[in-house]
Amino acid sequence: MGARGRRGVHRKASAVKRKATPAATPDTQWPLWEVFVQEKSGAPHEHAGSVHAPDAELALQNARDAYARRGPVTSLWVVEARHISATTPEDSPFLLGPGPEKLYRHPRFYKGAKE
Amino acid sequence: MTNAERERRFQERIDAGQKIEPKDWMPEAYRNQLVRMISQHAHSETVGQLPEGNWITRAPSLRRKLGLLAKVQDEAGHGLYLYAAAETLGISREELVHALHEGHAKYSSIFNYPTLTWADIGAIGWLVDGAAILNQTMLTKCSYGPYARAMVRICKEERFHERQGYEIMRALAQGTPAQRAMAQDALDRWWWPTLMMFGPPDEASVHNDTLMAWGVKQKSNDELRQWFVDLAVPQAQALPLVIPDPELRFDEATSHWRTGPIDWDEFWRVVRGGGICNRERLRARREADEEGRWVREAAEAYTAKRRR
Amino acid sequence: MSRELFEYLLRLGDDRLVLGHRLSEWCGHAPILEEDIALANVALDCIGQATQLLALAGEIEGAGRDADALAFFRGPTEFRSCLLVEQPNGDFAQTIARQVLYDAAGANVLEQLARSSEPRLASIAAHAAIEVRYHLRHAREWWQRLGLGTEESHRRLQRALDELWPFTHELVTPDALDRTLAAAGIGADLDQTRAHFERELDELIRSAKLRQPTTPAFPAVGGRHGKHGEHLDHLLSEMQSVARAHPGAQW
Repeated sequence: MGARGRRGVHRKASAVKRKATPAATPDTQWPLWEVFVQEKSGAPHEHAGSVHAPDAELALQNARDAYARRGPVTSLWVVEARHISATTPEDSPFLLGPGPEKLYRHPRFYKGAKE
Repeated sequence: MTNAERERRFQERIDAGQKIEPKDWMPEAYRNQLVRMISQHAHSETVGQLPEGNWITRAPSLRRKLGLLAKVQDEAGHGLYLYAAAETLGISREELVHALHEGHAKYSSIFNYPTLTWADIGAIGWLVDGAAILNQTMLTKCSYGPYARAMVRICKEERFHERQGYEIMRALAQGTPAQRAMAQDALDRWWWPTLMMFGPPDEASVHNDTLMAWGVKQKSNDELRQWFVDLAVPQAQALPLVIPDPELRFDEATSHWRTGPIDWDEFWRVVRGGGICNRERLRARREADEEGRWVREAAEAYTAKRRR
Repeated sequence: MSRELFEYLLRLGDDRLVLGHRLSEWCGHAPILEEDIALANVALDCIGQATQLLALAGEIEGAGRDADALAFFRGPTEFRSCLLVEQPNGDFAQTIARQVLYDAAGANVLEQLARSSEPRLASIAAHAAIEVRYHLRHAREWWQRLGLGTEESHRRLQRALDELWPFTHELVTPDALDRTLAAAGIGADLDQTRAHFERELDELIRSAKLRQPTTPAFPAVGGRHGKHGEHLDHLLSEMQSVARAHPGAQW
C-alpha cells in the first residue's frame, strides 16, 4: 500500500524520529478497569469483563463500546482493577454462610405477628 | 499441605466439574498452559481483523459493508475479552502484546493466508468462523472460570458471523457465472487450511492429553475436526459448491464424512513462519503499535497532569 | 422541489458514506485495541446513516436507484460530499481533528433537521443526532488529551487543525440550495450552524491551548458541486471496484 493508502500523504510525519525524552515512561497498554453492567432499572450491576483505559471517562466510553453494543444496558460502572479488594480462597470457610448452629439468623426461627 | 496434596485436591475439583478461579491454587504448568492458550486465542482475534479488514473498503453493497465492519469490530472485542481473561493469570497485556510483536507468541495460522477476492470473506465467515464456533462451544466448559465465561460471551456473538459468511457464499454460488467461479475458487483455497485449524492429528499433538485431563479441552483435535467436516460437507452441497477433495466419501458404517490426507507439511511450514502473510500480519500489528505509542503516552500524560 | 431535496440528501448521505469509509480504514491499525472498537463504532453509525439518507434520496429522485446504486455507481463528479471528509486519515490527531470539525457542525445540522418538515428526513436525523452526540463526545475527549497531553501530541493536533481548517468553510456556509431548503422548513439554516460551530471551536481551541488557525484567503470548497480534489477518485475506485466489476449482480 503506497502513500495513497491508509495514512495518505501524512505518512512521512510519523516516520520522523522522536527525540529521546529524559526518563521516558515505559510504553503501556493503560491500566486495567473492571466493568459492571446493569441491564434493566432495578437489576443489580453484574461483572461483564474488563477494558484498558488511562482514566475514568475513557474507561466508560470503552466499556460502552465493548459491553453495551448489543442488548439493553441502563447503567455502567467502571472501577480500576487495583481498587478492588477481594477475599482469598483461605477466607472461604468464613464465607459459607450461617451453619445449622446459627438458626437465629434465619427468618423461620422466629414466629411472625400473625402466626 | 504438601504440593502433592494440593495437586490432588486441584485434580479432584477438576474431576468434579468445578471452575478454577484466578485466586485459587493451581499447578504452575496449568497456569502456563492457560496463558499460552488464552493469549494465542486473543492474538488470533486481534490479528484476524486484518485479512477481513482488507475487504471492508471494497465490500460490494452497503449491507455487506456494514456486516463486515461489525464482524471485524466484534473480533477486536473478542481480543479484548480474551486478553482480559489472560490477565487474570498474572500477566500484563503489555507483556502479551510485546511477545506477539517480537515473534515469540503464536496466533492461529489461518490468518497467515491472504484474502484475495470478496468471496474469501464469505469463505472465512462460513468455514473459519464455523470451525472456531465448534472449538469455542467446547471451551465454554473449560475448567478455568474467566476463560469459560469469555467463551460464553464470544459464542453468542459468533453465530451471526458464520451465518453472514454462509449467506455471502450462497449469494455468490447462486449468482452470475463469474460470482460462482469466485466462490468456488475461495472454497478451493480455504477448505484445507480450515481443517488444519484444529491442530495436528491427536497422535502428534503434544498438549492434548494434559489439557484434557485438566478439563481445559473436552474434545481432541481429531474429534473436533470430524465434527466440523460432518457439518460443513452438507452445507457445501446445499450452496452448491464442490469441496476440493477427490477422496471425500461418506462412510456408511460410522456415518461420518472421511476426507483425503491433510498436507501436514504445509501446516508446519505456515505455523513456523512460511505462510504468505506471516510477515505482513506482524508488520501491520507492530506498525499500529509503534505509530500509536505517542497517542497512548499522550493519554497517560494527561491523566498524570490532572492528578497533580 | 424534489430535485433540490434529492441534491440535498446526496450531500448529507455522501458526507457520511465517505467519512464512514475513511474511519473503517483504521480497523486493525488503531493505537490501541479499544480504539479499533471505538472508531469502528463511529464508522458503522456513519455508514448506517448514509444508507438511510441515500435510500431516501433514491425514493425522492424516483428513477429506480436505491442506496447501493447511488453509493457504488456514481463517479466523483456526481458525489456531493464536502472536501473535509475525503481527506486521508493521516495520523490519529488528523482523524480526531477531522471528526471534531465535522461533528461540531454536523451535530447542529442534525438537531435542526430533526424538526424538518420532511418527516422521513426528520426521523433519520433525530436518530442520527443521538449517535453523533456520542461521536462528538469521543472526539472531544481525545481532542483534550492530545491537546494537553504531551508536546508531541499537542504539536500534531495543532498541525491537524491548521491543515483541516480551510475545509470547514464549506460546512457552515450556505449556498443557494441550502437557502431554498431552509426557507421551506426542510433543510438546516447554516448561518445558525456557523454561529454554533464558531462558539464550540473557540472553546475547544482555548481549552486545549491551541493556536487559532488563520482563515485562508481562498477557502477550500467545491465538493457540494462535484468539484473534488484527487482523494475522492482513489477512494471511490477502491470502494466501488467489486460492485462495478459485476454490474447487476446480487450480493
